[in-house]
Amino acid sequence: LSSPVLQHNFCHYTVDVFTTSFTFFYNYNLIFLRINENIAPWVPVVGLEIHAQISSNSKLFSGSQVQFAAPPNSLVSFFDASLPGTLPVLNRRCVEAAVMTGLALNCSINKKSLFDRKHYFYADLPAGYQITQQRVPIAVNGRLSYSLCIDNKMSQMVTKTVRIKQIQLEQDSGKSLHDDTRSQTLVDLNRAGVGLMEVVMEPDMCCGEEAAAAVRELQLILQTLGSSQAVMAEGQLRVDANVSVHHPGEPYGVRTEVKNINSIRFLAKAVDYEIQRQTEELENGGTILNETRAFDSKLGCTVPMRDKEGKQDYRFMPEPNLPPLILYDAKYLPANTNHQQVVNIDWIHERLPDLPSVKRAKLVEQYGILPEHSFTLLNEDGLTEFFENVVKQTQMKPKKVIGWVLNDLLSYLKQHSLTVKESPVSPFLLADLLNLLEKKEISSTAAKQVLAELWKGEGKTALEIVKEKELELIQDQKELEQICQAVIDGQENEVIMMVLGRNQKVLNKLIGLVQRETQGRSNPVLVKQLLEKKLSE
Amino acid sequence: MKKTLYVAHFALIAVVFAIIPNAGQPLGVLDGIPIAVKDNFSTAGIETTCASNMLKGYVSPYNATVVQKLLDQGAVLLGKTNLDEFAMGSGSTDGVFGPVRNPWSYSRQYKEKSVPKSHSEDKDANWVITGGSSGGSAAAVSSFTCFAALGSDTGGSTRNPAAHCGVVGLKPTYGLISRHGLIPLVNSMDVPGILTRCVDDAAVVLGSLAGHDPKDSTTIQDNFKPFELPNLTDVSKFSIGIPKEYHAPGLSNEILALWSKAADLFKNAGAKVIEVSLPHTRYSIVCYHVLCTAEVASNMARFDGLEYGHRSDMNKSTESMYAATRREGFNDVVRGRILSGNYFLLKQNYENYFIKAQKVRRLIANDFVKVFRSGVDILLTPTTLNDAVPYMEFIKEDNRTRSTQDDILTQAANMAGLPAINVPTALSERGLPVGLQFIGRSFQEKQLLTVAKWFEKQVKFPMIQLEEVKRHDHGVFQHQKSASFS
Repeated sequence: LSSPVLQHNFCHYTVDVFTTSFTFFYNYNLIFLRINENIAPWVPVVGLEIHAQISSNSKLFSGSQVQFAAPPNSLVSFFDASLPGTLPVLNRRCVEAAVMTGLALNCSINKKSLFDRKHYFYADLPAGYQITQQRVPIAVNGRLSYSLCIDNKMSQMVTKTVRIKQIQLEQDSGKSLHDDTRSQTLVDLNRAGVGLMEVVMEPDMCCGEEAAAAVRELQLILQTLGSSQAVMAEGQLRVDANVSVHHPGEPYGVRTEVKNINSIRFLAKAVDYEIQRQTEELENGGTILNETRAFDSKLGCTVPMRDKEGKQDYRFMPEPNLPPLILYDAKYLPANTNHQQVVNIDWIHERLPDLPSVKRAKLVEQYGILPEHSFTLLNEDGLTEFFENVVKQTQMKPKKVIGWVLNDLLSYLKQHSLTVKESPVSPFLLADLLNLLEKKEISSTAAKQVLAELWKGEGKTALEIVKEKELELIQDQKELEQICQAVIDGQENEVIMMVLGRNQKVLNKLIGLVQRETQGRSNPVLVKQLLEKKLSE
Repeated sequence: MKKTLYVAHFALIAVVFAIIPNAGQPLGVLDGIPIAVKDNFSTAGIETTCASNMLKGYVSPYNATVVQKLLDQGAVLLGKTNLDEFAMGSGSTDGVFGPVRNPWSYSRQYKEKSVPKSHSEDKDANWVITGGSSGGSAAAVSSFTCFAALGSDTGGSTRNPAAHCGVVGLKPTYGLISRHGLIPLVNSMDVPGILTRCVDDAAVVLGSLAGHDPKDSTTIQDNFKPFELPNLTDVSKFSIGIPKEYHAPGLSNEILALWSKAADLFKNAGAKVIEVSLPHTRYSIVCYHVLCTAEVASNMARFDGLEYGHRSDMNKSTESMYAATRREGFNDVVRGRILSGNYFLLKQNYENYFIKAQKVRRLIANDFVKVFRSGVDILLTPTTLNDAVPYMEFIKEDNRTRSTQDDILTQAANMAGLPAINVPTALSERGLPVGLQFIGRSFQEKQLLTVAKWFEKQVKFPMIQLEEVKRHDHGVFQHQKSASFS
């Protein structure tokens, strides 16, 4: 009677703070390296199955709360534990989240979708089956556009599209913890029954970077919609990659499924590793097995997962306890309906927030920043808001502000592994500093010193630091003239060259020397004028 | 005692008053009324076993919606009743607690007519089965243990034992009563059933149970208004259909005669009685076999010994623990259905079996739709092929063969989700009850029960004469001794 046991995917989520601060670079090298070596090139094909946990107060079919890292088995209803006689009751919020996501991914929403049971025996699946949407999912035939950089160059971005096959609603499983030393398995059902959206992406991608960029864009969309928190480290977004390689013009090769990928960076690595492994395997006359492989993030490679016991047959069956899920649009909304009972697609459509692509376009238009800057702003959680807050509080042009935010502040954050929210320098403090710079009270060199001081988070204002460190620009022209003269006097050789050739390089050197002498407290424009004047005398 | 509940046996009134829990403020129409509940309905704090080793000792933390509704109305739960394991059977003989004995085995009516097979045999050996799978509930009502009992009906499990035990057995329309807390056999066909001693009582209990339940998404959204049944004097506006396919192989002459007598009764009372055809009914059993076993395989998957219920000591591996738990926990019938259900659900078989069975089910349901659309109000059929057989005879054949035969007349109503009721009609030559079945339109319970009540009044089904009870109160039965239908 015992059915074949499914080989499950054990995800041990590690906390990876910087999954979000990752930019995607189209790595042509890996794929085209082989083309040069071999007559027949290999074309990699990558498709993705993504499980996004729906952000909702309660589970998909029960009233138990959804919460990450709650005490084990503290969020388990009778239904979640599959007590006999319990029945599923569909959570309206989960349906709305799936509709929102479907609309955001340009899907057609099925006005009638169905639920099915997918059977397998596993300790963290108490009912012995998962309720999913195998036959008629809630959304189908969508597409997702994403952008990535070519050859590590931020300025060369390309936009690609991946087709979305479907989005289906389904239940999450619980978690099993295997204690091998005591040979026991501990089961936590807190996650059992949490709503998932499975987003199936067609095999339209061809490398790890594309896969990573597509998932990152999806993650941003989900977070913008609020349909999922989509934090990979907390298992709210789980990605399985289907990878195969084939010769152009030939049918797709045998594919493997790579699981256990718990960050976007690892997704790129896992896919690229798998492409390379398959290519080498085939080059060496080997064959690819249709198997499930796990990505080992420590070793940076994929390894076969314990073999399934024979071929798994999920014995799908319609879920008899749930009537078909019927959605309405404004046109076909039945008269005198209870609004609590219906989900209106048009109503949801009208209330969709700006999606990342629109947000980026607006940033570029509104602030005159470069498109690639808009990507960086959105990629970093909270950075857009930070930037806009600084802009609001300073007279400096947004085009200049963006440099301070993306180059200076962001590198500090990365160096210290902090999120934007954790930044010790608030938008107000930074704006304050940029205002000093804009009013020409300090030089940009000095401003960088002030920022370094602000980063320490000692509660001082920019002005206080400037005063304390005496960083304000020398306003006294006489004093500055004297310093310029002293520099000229000390650099006779250069001055002669300068006078002869009006060498710009030499002038810059002299400006630098003045800056050094004044510890960054001189206005370089003024210094330049003074030096030129003195040299032409 | 509420006047709406028709007391069939005066002797029990005293008992009822004695156990009224809150004298003074009645909680509802069932206040103080003793009821029994089939042991596949979850009852908080009370064991719910499904007569299976798998759930022996399992105490549900919650009440099934129907149980809660009964308690809210003030009903007194006297006990849980025996059944075939997980309601899989038609005899109430295949539960882990042993078979249910039909109270009529001990009636004067049966004892007078049954011929002892041999003198050497135990005089008890001739006891007959209750039918099933809600045999315990039918027996409880039939033996005056309670006024009403809950059964479940997936293929006839309420109506079949009701027929054999001489009580009213109502299978309401699918979706009218919540299944929340009913441990499922076939989710798409299961309905809580009501067993009472008269049609009026069934209407009262139905009124307490019916209506939307947010915990069961398959219940109707509309509000259900409890009703009292009128006393029909005229049935001439009714059109009664006699489906010819119910003249099934194996139908006893006795029941056939009773059936046509009942048809004549309606005809003579002015009703339009017409023969109708439900051509796909004959496929109903084989279709049921596929759909039932498939859902059973699925529904039983949760019994893995981890969260609740029996768990084997086998600890070599999780998989071997599952296998041993399920081997030890389920009887042969359950295991057999799981096995064939999984077979039908295999990818390579799904189209050929499950999908086909679903299509056939639609055809069967459409047959009814057509007949009702043609103007027929109610269908009149036999409930069972025979009267109850002695246990020793019943167990000569296996559960599957038995179920196949016994469900044949009741099963199609479940396929179509229609309301159907067994009305005890007469005693057989052996002194055992025989019932007829009325099948109505979806959600037309009031019409169905009204006609059933009229019929009940005409046939004057005799009161069971239990020797034990009779000794205590001889007088009670005297007034019932009027001419009966057979």
